[in-house]
Amino acid sequence: MSGYFAAMSSAEVLAELAEHNPNVVLVSQDFGPVGSFTGRFPDRHFDVGISEQNLIGVAAGLAHAGKLPFVLGMAPFVSMRGFEQIRDDCAYNRNNVKFIAPFAGLEAGPWGATHHAQEDIALLRTIPGMTILSPADPNESLRAVRAAAIIEGPVYIRLGFLTPLDGYDTELRVGEAVTMREGKDVTIIATGGCVGAALMAHEALKAGGVSARVLNMHTLKPMDRAAVERAARETGRIVTVEEHSIIGGLGGAVAEIMAELGTGRLRRVGVRDVFCTEVEPYPELLRIHGIDAAGVEGAVRALLQ
Amino acid sequence: MTDAATIQALTRRAVALRRHIVMPASTYYAHLGGAMSCADVMAALFFHFLRLDGRRPDHFLMSKGHAVTALHACMVELGKIDASELPLSGQSGSRLAGHPTKKAPGVEFATGSLGHALSVGVGIALGEQLSKSDARTVVLLGDGELQEGTVWEAALSAPRFGLERLIAIVDYNRFQAAGAVDDVMPMEPLADKWRAFRWNVHEIDGHDMAAIVAALERVPAPHGPTAIIAHTVKGKGVPGIEGTGRAHYTMLSEDEVTRTLAALEVMA
Repeated sequence: MSGYFAAMSSAEVLAELAEHNPNVVLVSQDFGPVGSFTGRFPDRHFDVGISEQNLIGVAAGLAHAGKLPFVLGMAPFVSMRGFEQIRDDCAYNRNNVKFIAPFAGLEAGPWGATHHAQEDIALLRTIPGMTILSPADPNESLRAVRAAAIIEGPVYIRLGFLTPLDGYDTELRVGEAVTMREGKDVTIIATGGCVGAALMAHEALKAGGVSARVLNMHTLKPMDRAAVERAARETGRIVTVEEHSIIGGLGGAVAEIMAELGTGRLRRVGVRDVFCTEVEPYPELLRIHGIDAAGVEGAVRALLQ
Repeated sequence: MTDAATIQALTRRAVALRRHIVMPASTYYAHLGGAMSCADVMAALFFHFLRLDGRRPDHFLMSKGHAVTALHACMVELGKIDASELPLSGQSGSRLAGHPTKKAPGVEFATGSLGHALSVGVGIALGEQLSKSDARTVVLLGDGELQEGTVWEAALSAPRFGLERLIAIVDYNRFQAAGAVDDVMPMEPLADKWRAFRWNVHEIDGHDMAAIVAALERVPAPHGPTAIIAHTVKGKGVPGIEGTGRAHYTMLSEDEVTRTLAALEVMA
């Protein structure tokens, strides 16, 4: 499911929240009607057009005036053009703004690198008081929206292309990684849609006699440090997987924790400090950049050698 | 129409604000000019226009955050900051910084990076409108600050939502850090720009207290937000420095402070 549709589905959750909380409002940028929310609450959906910085400033103001604003905006533009507004107007001024950010990662595919969000985790996790959620499948994205509503403070929900994970309905506890598969030889820590790739790699590795633990790091900030430390101690080797630059994102955060711990070896699967300029459909773009099951499996094998 | 006695009292209040701004000006470098230029507007806002108490108080955002000493001066006059704290501003352990922060009494929104607060003001006014409150939202902007594109994103959006209780005041003192605004990046025709963005526009002498009060009293104007372009003098009230580029960010000598205080006596 495209992050866009995941965002639209989340509007149903928002409508449900809005029924019970008159302060819930939606602020968007050139999105038109959003799910059933706009029809049900026309006076509580504001579209500010194509202006990310104003979008976030307005949302901060709404929060300041006692509202609970959910911002719907494209991940690359909200996180990069609106960075200072997120930092100053939302986090520094302690305004309770929630971001639902579709088109995270490489989902925009052949639209070109301007539309890829491969820096948003790195940028936003430097902001004090920020929470970053990165759900692994469409249902978890709905749980993320519900969780965000309860958190006091700015929350960024990163929505990339999400495939339903069969039988996965674990409660989302913010800051607590989900162990999707147990394993003892290596731990694959994945986030967002990459959790699906990690699970496929797990199966392929199992067939080859490799026992790989798989963690769904649905909360990128605050990160589940204990889960990373356990993985480093118990399996010795960690592979991170993300649709994001290997610099500063999940891989960067895990590297920081491991370096301070002084234990374990790491390989990072992600965008390797390049712009993804190939004009290719999304799945092919992932394959080219090694951010798929085969890429994860290769990274694990290289680490085990 | 506000009576002459009120105008006179507000004028005296503006002098008091300028005194608070200037007194510590020989102890540290500060954005003196932009604080002195908006002192009359600040007096009209904090001692006449803004309803600061009650269930839904009015909002004030100092988008030109570098003029913070004018805001701190208002808090001294309101009894929320002791005048003895002003010379310690920016010093180790002070709760007063070089821009408005939430540690300082009376600061509703922390600013500093320019071009932020009008969008926030739009959001606040929108929230108040949604709550059917009659609270007003005032955003004070610098003229150089208007070079930030975000100001115009916000300006575009306010009339779209019919925000009749949103007021943008431009402290048009004609100078920015590098020199005259007209040399660095001219903003003229400024009033036409705001009109083209569908704001109700009043151009006034920003040191004429009666004119400031009259412009504020025309809010809410029907159909949309109000922009007040206040023509001011940078460093107003500081002899030899007012109206010059030096006024933007400076430290005064003790002699200059003494002469300014004497000049302010005359103004009062």
